[in-house]
Amino acid sequence: MLTLPFPLFASLGGEASSVEADQAKMQGTLRITSGDLYNIQEIQTSTGVTVKEYVSSAGKVFAVTWQGPFHPDLRQVLGSYFEEYAQAVQAQRASRRGRGPLLIQHSGLVVQISGHLRSFLGKAYAPQMMPAGVQVEEIR
Amino acid sequence: MTRSRFEGLLCLSLAGALAATTGCGGGASTSSSSNSGSGTGTGTNPSVSNVQPITVNTGPTAGPPLNSPYINGAFTSVTVCIPGSTTSCQTISGILVDTGSSGLRILSSALTAISLPQQTDSNSNPIVECLPFLDGITWGPVETADMTIAGEEAKSLPLQVIGSTTFSTIPATCTSMGTPEDDLAALGANGILGVGSFAQDCGSACTVSGGSNPGLYYTCPNSGCEVTTESLSSQVQNPVVLFATDNNGVIIELPSVTGAETSVSGSIIFGIGTQSNNGLGSATVYTIDPNIGNFTTVFNGTSYGDASYIDSGSNAIYFLDSNATGLPTCTDASYWYCPTTTQNLSATNQGFGNGASGSVNFVVGNADTLTVLETTGAANGLAGPNSGSFDWGLPFFFGRNVYTAIEGKDTPAGAGPYWAY
Repeated sequence: MLTLPFPLFASLGGEASSVEADQAKMQGTLRITSGDLYNIQEIQTSTGVTVKEYVSSAGKVFAVTWQGPFHPDLRQVLGSYFEEYAQAVQAQRASRRGRGPLLIQHSGLVVQISGHLRSFLGKAYAPQMMPAGVQVEEIR
Repeated sequence: MTRSRFEGLLCLSLAGALAATTGCGGGASTSSSSNSGSGTGTGTNPSVSNVQPITVNTGPTAGPPLNSPYINGAFTSVTVCIPGSTTSCQTISGILVDTGSSGLRILSSALTAISLPQQTDSNSNPIVECLPFLDGITWGPVETADMTIAGEEAKSLPLQVIGSTTFSTIPATCTSMGTPEDDLAALGANGILGVGSFAQDCGSACTVSGGSNPGLYYTCPNSGCEVTTESLSSQVQNPVVLFATDNNGVIIELPSVTGAETSVSGSIIFGIGTQSNNGLGSATVYTIDPNIGNFTTVFNGTSYGDASYIDSGSNAIYFLDSNATGLPTCTDASYWYCPTTTQNLSATNQGFGNGASGSVNFVVGNADTLTVLETTGAANGLAGPNSGSFDWGLPFFFGRNVYTAIEGKDTPAGAGPYWAY
């Protein structure tokens, strides 16, 4: 397994300049789609996961989605939000009284993870960072 | 039903008395093999018992000290033996039946009566697995057992022992895929019996080295754990494929449930079309994408293509979101729907490539009402959001016989993978 000497850069909530670092860390390819309110920077990881980072005109990553046979590196994808995610997961397990897809809905962080091994779908966004005029449904 | 309910309660009280370590019927025991004269798996073999009881109840977490009842979990028991032995065995109850994963995983805290042999690589270093679920990961060594369930036996089955103290340090590359579910409270069961449509948990991706390896299998010498390759036959795998017969899939049969009930009983039947009790009958076959294990569900005219799945290991029907369904989520639980009155809904499932199409009627109740009692173990109508996809969880199985055919395995309706109901 190749190990690259890159530090973990924040993705969600981070500067767009981290996208190039994410690409290197995930050993992937990069494609950028430009829009009026935001750009989408799409990374294909070496394990076959498509990660899309939604970047505002201010250069901030306000949402991330992923799709593929495995999870991406969630520390990498969620950046500084990873600990909030991890604690919320543990709290939800007991309150939901069972296993199933994940839905964390905090005022500052929304995370959804669906699917099963070989087919995962994930979405994370920071509602307070969403540019004005962007609908949640556009994040997919 | 009454008898089974009593057994369920007895099982729970025993589990509590034993501090949930061995569970109902736990401890070392002698298993009697009924696997006589089984052949290559072709044809029928009426001498093998292929029916295992399952119970939907509040599960092994319900009693003290956790007092954390499960809802809509289908639990059963399995017996694991040291390979080749018929006396060094343990029967473990509170095992969740999961058609959404493949492979047997047992909490090390529940596997107390015997020590199973560790799987090692060519350098005699132990193999340890990091298995990603939706809501977390399980970490622990790959060990080998002869597993029996009903009259079926999976010899030399690679399985995962979760939460072993021998490998207590989880690599950061593993916890980056999710938070650990390494004890009873986090896992919600003493183990998981993955009887899904895949033969192995990882498949070919884990057999190759380099950047495309997803990092599920580790070799762990004393110096620390590193990602390694794992052959298909060494991977943790669906125990059904190792049965001598009845090895092409499973049927889960559960009765109809109206609203909330304490407990219901049903069966998991091994094999499809291999014996007189497991024919397809009038069930419709829905083929599924052999790469990712999904089919398509259509709702309100919108097609959610190749993103939906049937999963007994999900405790509700999780589908779409409030925008797409018009259903409000609960004010205190955004992961469940809370319509003021029970809604009768319909969706259409479509096979992946075989042209099968059929409507599914299902109900969505008020989750606050359905879950108000801690004694409720089965609730039809429990549902929640799952944006862009349908996860047909355990309530889908209520009142249906659901067939899961394993990839590459021949059945009277052709080779798997498929679902039929």
